[in-house]
Amino acid sequence: MGNDALLVLDKVCKSFGPVQVIDEVTVEVHAGKVSVLLGENGAGKSTLIKMIAGVHEPDAGRILMDGKAVKIPNTKASEALGIATIHQELNLVPSMTIAENITLGRVPRKFGIINRRAMRQIARDAMDKLGLKLDVDTPVGELGLAQQQLVEIAKALSLDARVLILDEPTAALTKSEIAHLFSVVNTLKAQGVGMVFISHHLDEIAEIGDFVNVLRDGKFIATVPADTEENELVRLMVGRDIDAQFPRVATEPGEQPLLSVKNLSDGMLKDISLEVRPGEVVALAGLMGAGRTELIRAIAGADKYSSGSVAVNGKKLASFDVAAATRAGIGHVPEDRKTQGLVLDASVAENIGYATMASTAKSGLVDRKGQKARAQQVAERLRIRMGSIDAPIRSLSGGNQQKAVFGRWFTAGAKVLLLDEPTRGVDVGAKVEIYELINEITASGGCVLMASSELPEVLGMSDRVLVMSQGRIAGELATEEATQDAIMSLAVSNVHREEEMGTK
Amino acid sequence: MSSVATAPKKGFDFKAFLANNGALVGLVILCLALFIATPRFLTGPNLLNIGIQVSTIAVMAFGMTFVIVAAGIDLSVGSVAALSAMGSSYAITTAGLPDGLSIPIGLAVGALCGWVTGAMSAYGKLPTFIASLAMLTVVRGLTLVISDGRPISTSSSVSWLGDDLGPIPMPIVILVVSGLLAAFVLNRTVIGKNAFAVGGNTEAARLSGIPVKRVLVTVFVISGVFAALSGMILAGRLDSAQPTLASGYELDAIAAVVIGGASLSGGVGRISGTLIGALVLAVIRNGLNLLSVSAFWQQVVIGAVIAIAVGFDVLRRKNVKH
Ligand SMILES: Nc1ncnc2c1ncn2[C@@H]1O[C@H](COP(=O)(O)OP(=O)(O)OP(=O)(O)O)[C@@H](O)[C@H]1O
Ligand SMILES: [Mg+2]
Repeated sequence: MGNDALLVLDKVCKSFGPVQVIDEVTVEVHAGKVSVLLGENGAGKSTLIKMIAGVHEPDAGRILMDGKAVKIPNTKASEALGIATIHQELNLVPSMTIAENITLGRVPRKFGIINRRAMRQIARDAMDKLGLKLDVDTPVGELGLAQQQLVEIAKALSLDARVLILDEPTAALTKSEIAHLFSVVNTLKAQGVGMVFISHHLDEIAEIGDFVNVLRDGKFIATVPADTEENELVRLMVGRDIDAQFPRVATEPGEQPLLSVKNLSDGMLKDISLEVRPGEVVALAGLMGAGRTELIRAIAGADKYSSGSVAVNGKKLASFDVAAATRAGIGHVPEDRKTQGLVLDASVAENIGYATMASTAKSGLVDRKGQKARAQQVAERLRIRMGSIDAPIRSLSGGNQQKAVFGRWFTAGAKVLLLDEPTRGVDVGAKVEIYELINEITASGGCVLMASSELPEVLGMSDRVLVMSQGRIAGELATEEATQDAIMSLAVSNVHREEEMGTK
Repeated sequence: MSSVATAPKKGFDFKAFLANNGALVGLVILCLALFIATPRFLTGPNLLNIGIQVSTIAVMAFGMTFVIVAAGIDLSVGSVAALSAMGSSYAITTAGLPDGLSIPIGLAVGALCGWVTGAMSAYGKLPTFIASLAMLTVVRGLTLVISDGRPISTSSSVSWLGDDLGPIPMPIVILVVSGLLAAFVLNRTVIGKNAFAVGGNTEAARLSGIPVKRVLVTVFVISGVFAALSGMILAGRLDSAQPTLASGYELDAIAAVVIGGASLSGGVGRISGTLIGALVLAVIRNGLNLLSVSAFWQQVVIGAVIAIAVGFDVLRRKNVKH
């Protein structure tokens, strides 16, 4: 690559305390090209792009924009240089509307008064680019995670930047929204915008990327073309081969259902009945807004439901009572780790241990040694990369935080695991570790209900697939017959029917 | 690839120590300055005096720490202290119950008040600020009703709380014992750890199966009990329960907790920090008295100190987080 790069990170370094996280890494961003950053969880991808976004300043090395050295001490400076960033974790104000969030920090004004009409227009334009049809006056807190992610993307797009950074934008999205996003990326490419793209979905890299910069343990490993074979990419990134990406070991399911849901209804959910037997992994597929998250939350006791029942091992659970559900053996990995899964100021050990803290306590005293030992054990199995088990979980990379939330319920010995996109942001190697733990749970008579938008994961890890559509279960597929097309036709089935009846 | 990236360097990191113990460093500097400024500062009687002064605020602030760690605030502690002191005296000197019941009754009154505040916010969904603000007025009113606006002389066991134990004043003994107890409960028990989880992220705590509402009620009960203890110490020292006892103390208690490094948004706080925060306030008051600064100016100085202390802390936190 020549010197025509739009933006260059030149031999940058970054340490947090004694830990060196980025070690002399050089990355270039070219106009009209998508430069992919690839690496395991904790390799330093987010840290690297945060230097461009004005969150961290490099300890050493230079940042060059159009060949000139620049300093980017804060977000404002980054935006002023024409850089827009979509961070891995959402940065939205839940109580504010979509329009307010998109124009946050640069509210259009007329005579010093907020120009609401212009504000809505900016928001609507940005949403249109993504093909999003949401009312821009909706408070962001009322949206699901995928929609929030899209708002975050729209916000970055509305900046009309020359450099666009996308840190795992697709982790929370389903196929169709990803397709929309990629068509926007292609348009931006044609307009000469330089992009940095991070994702753990290797198939997306070939689809959208131009070249791939591989990082390992904070060090630069190689730059390769985006059409490099996936196996080769994995080898570069992990430094070893991964045998089976989906090591599902099916077990003969038991007779009596472990989890049974009968006629569950509530606002969004319409008359849902399902059973999961011991030893089974059942996947929930569907489009965004199909009600998968709502269903999982209702079963977990996180939300109220108006009618129907949930039973574990034949014993009915009270509605809206997580503590009771937990005691009955339910474990719930929620969709958004940052707002629903983790206490960011608490340590890794504490976060892993919340579900076992009360049950292992002796006369009200926390079993500190045991809690730590259990956390250490699961952290090692999941290869959670951390300063120490006592480090605040805030300091872990996104994928490693996700592993910790999963680890919590494995440690708690949950028998009924409710997983909402359990491997969101987790790298290929660590996914396998999570799948191994799922196997262990089913082998010992537990069961798993897993909402996943990743088709390979659904196909590779589940025993059968329930497809949801508009709050109903539209149909069931055996995993062997669950092709992309078969799932899609079920996922949109209700939509068609209701359109035909003219109710929508 | 190991799960532990790099073990942090061993040895003493002075910079990190400074950053994590700003209030302690401030306290030491303050003491040094006063030691140089006036010979009357570092004398036995003056230090005991500071100890007594600090005990009431600190004990109250210990309880407040639990509430603030759980992301709440308890504005009612001053009133609760008064009602508890009043109740513990009234039950014995007016209603004629046996003296041994005096302190338990006082503590029970505090617990009950805390329970009401906690239940209002946990089950009635009132913000803790509002629930405790309402209690501040209601409880003070009840105190005035019971006492008919007049002081009541304390029972002998409550008076004993204001006496000396050998050479050491009882308030200081209580300060130490209750501080150790509070630290133990906050750091070692499920109750304390739950408070951190709820304050750090209520939703995550709930989804982990932690009974968030019960935790909220519990921290307010703890706060009420400590406020009651503080009120009885105060009454013991005066040998009478005044209806206006401890009014305005809630602000000092909150200031002590926050100077001690707790975050009002919850999830962070230490009992040792709270003690240091209370000491900072008491030493400044004492020093300004020794230097005969007018009471009016004292208020200005103390306000400024709170702003500076917390300001430093906010800055520090910002640097740590990114
Ligand atoms: N503020 C911080 N304090 C201490 N350590 C940190 C901090 N931020 C990041 N780290 C460490 O730096 C390393 C790299 O983190 P980073 O977030 O860049 O990883 P990543 O490549 O983006 O991973 P992921 O795929 O999981 O998002 C991790 O080991 C993480 O623990
Ligand atoms: Mg990252």
